[in-house]
Amino acid sequence: MNPAILESEEVLTTNAASILSAGPVSPEQAEAWEKFTALPMPVRTDEAWRFANVKDLDLGGYVPAQPVDDATRDELLTRSMGLASIAGRMVFANDQLLVQETLGDSLRQKGVIWLPLDQAAAENPELFRKHFMREEAILGGQKFAALHASQVRAGTFLYVPRGVEIDLPIEAFHWEHGANGSVFPHTLIIAEDMAKVTLIDYYESAVPDAPALACAVNDLWLGAGASVTYVCVQNWSRKAHSFQLNSTVVGRDAHSKSLFAQLGGRHVRSESISHLRGQGGRSDMLAVTVAEGAQEVDARTFQIHEVPNTQSDLLYKNSLDDTARTIFAGLIRVDPGAHRTDAYQKVRNLLLSDEAEANSAPGLEIEADDVRCTHGATSGQIEQEELFYLLSRGIPKKDAQRLIVFGFLNEVIERLGNEPVQEKLRELVRARFSE
Amino acid sequence: MRESRGAPNYEMQMSSLSIKNLHVSIGDKEIIRGLTLEIPKGEVHAIMGPNGSGKSTLSKAIGGHPDYIVTGGEVLLDGDDILGLDPDARARKGLFLAFQYPMEIPGVSNANFLRAALNARQPEGEEIEATEFYAQMYAEMDKLEMARTFTARSVNEGFSGGEKKRNEILQMAMLKPAYAVLDETDSGLDIDALRIVSAGVNALRGPNLGILLITHYQRLLDYIVPDVVHVMVEGRIVRSGGKELALELEERGYDFIKDDITEPSLA
Ligand SMILES: Nc1ncnc2c1ncn2[C@@H]1O[C@H](COP(=O)(O)OP(=O)(O)OP(=O)(O)O)[C@@H](O)[C@H]1O
Ligand SMILES: [Mg+2]
Repeated sequence: MNPAILESEEVLTTNAASILSAGPVSPEQAEAWEKFTALPMPVRTDEAWRFANVKDLDLGGYVPAQPVDDATRDELLTRSMGLASIAGRMVFANDQLLVQETLGDSLRQKGVIWLPLDQAAAENPELFRKHFMREEAILGGQKFAALHASQVRAGTFLYVPRGVEIDLPIEAFHWEHGANGSVFPHTLIIAEDMAKVTLIDYYESAVPDAPALACAVNDLWLGAGASVTYVCVQNWSRKAHSFQLNSTVVGRDAHSKSLFAQLGGRHVRSESISHLRGQGGRSDMLAVTVAEGAQEVDARTFQIHEVPNTQSDLLYKNSLDDTARTIFAGLIRVDPGAHRTDAYQKVRNLLLSDEAEANSAPGLEIEADDVRCTHGATSGQIEQEELFYLLSRGIPKKDAQRLIVFGFLNEVIERLGNEPVQEKLRELVRARFSE
Repeated sequence: MRESRGAPNYEMQMSSLSIKNLHVSIGDKEIIRGLTLEIPKGEVHAIMGPNGSGKSTLSKAIGGHPDYIVTGGEVLLDGDDILGLDPDARARKGLFLAFQYPMEIPGVSNANFLRAALNARQPEGEEIEATEFYAQMYAEMDKLEMARTFTARSVNEGFSGGEKKRNEILQMAMLKPAYAVLDETDSGLDIDALRIVSAGVNALRGPNLGILLITHYQRLLDYIVPDVVHVMVEGRIVRSGGKELALELEERGYDFIKDDITEPSLA
């Protein structure tokens, strides 16, 4: 194993636009880098990396992504195709901000803050520090959380004050461009009490098959009665290493919905944690994966019920073709005293090839009473009778198979409850199939 | 197997779905055992027969279901043998099956499904225009008294038995086949639905459509009056006649016919 994942000195010193201080490298980033180098690389015997092809984690050779030239900038801007109606948009390429279309004046007057991460850190240091990477990665990705903290240069910061509802979705595009580059997108959403917002992150590579490293963090904070819908479309290059660490803190009577669409990457690691921290809180954790070729998509989840009367509902669906592999390891934890917890967890794998491999390891830790927990993982193939039904209508076999897989994934997408966003996701999934 | 080719070619009915001496097995069990049947375009033929006699097997075999192995015989659609074609190609050639038990396709909306089926019939690279598609679909749904909500719902998922059958006829109306095999489309329908669905089928009836109607009930044949009624027992057509044959069956059951059956001598 190569311990020097990135050419460390180079990365650190080229990141002049350090977000946490004006200096070239903040003490926090230096500390994070130290932590990153001190932590061991995962090995096969780590429970948190069980089933994962850890040999594939050799990250030597990646360099900081460089700013893109003007022609590339223009190209990527035209390729940043989101929803027709949005409340705001930012586009980044190689961790540099390309454009920022701000929210309307009325939202700004209501106190909504929607800023690039570095600007937010400078202008709202207290708010920033109180929330920035405050929830530890605890599912095995500690080393990558430290890497992210040491390298993060770009991302979005969204603060929605008490009672403010933003009806239209907000979008952020993160492009990666160039061979062997590395990007570290960050998303921080703070929804105060009764606030409401939807944010979509699109992770895209300019070149579909260039090696790349992406190490992203998305943290959501929901105050009492807040409602946050977060969608992340991971569509990095087919040769990318993608790490993604999500934490969601759900306050009293708040409702979080998150959906991760894993479309790209070669080696994908996704960790998602929901902390049900206020009574009446609810978290819907959704994911769809299209894994083909030699892709490996490794998802680890944690539903932590910290107080009584909370709900979590997880639905992950994977479609696997060729020699693709998926891993799902999900834990439901009900803390002592977190009575009347409702926790669901369901994973479904659709195997389109005999050589594809889906691993599932659900787990429960319950230390309270009057708890309803169900979990289950199933794997299967396309039902012959379903296929015949479509064929009998004249739909060619390849299209019929795609339609069935699409339907399988669409059942997750439809849980979002936002038709334009759903339609966008369907479009992206369809585009993935027709590659 | 040798077939006598005594009849001159000009006598061959070209515009028909013609099944000749068909043998079909599931596993190593022969279910269809030398069945011959011809449905000229423009006619409605009914098949009645006891449970397990092979009616659904016949329809699946015509459609090309991979579990139903044709071990002998021919199925000609307007003179072309379709047994070598994949199921989707048969459908695009003009064949339609209304299933006895229509499948549910989770996550795929009825509209998307129909659109995919229609697009499959368009020239390469072309797609049916969206507004035209919806106009057509809504018009057909109105005839079948189906609520608009069925367009966005997943195909057959959570549909009642009768709703599924209506949905089959909706598909038939949209896909405009040359030959349709309707397998017990009447079962599970309440009295009103039977009337509506029958009216839907009758509206499609005409010189460009041949229909094979599989049913257990004479009642359906009051609504969709067949040109010919066939009785199928143990994988063969054992008797054919006019619509009065259905009445006779209703009165006397299948036993009177079964008594007549003798194993055909193997030539
Ligand atoms: N997939 C299958 N596997 C095994 N046996 C089958 C299969 N499909 C049909 N059969 C058998 O073939 C025979 C004919 O069945 P089929 O469904 O064609 O009858 P049917 O005439 O349509 O009956 P019904 O009136 O009850 O619908 C039955 O004995 C049935 O059990
Ligand atoms: Mg049957």
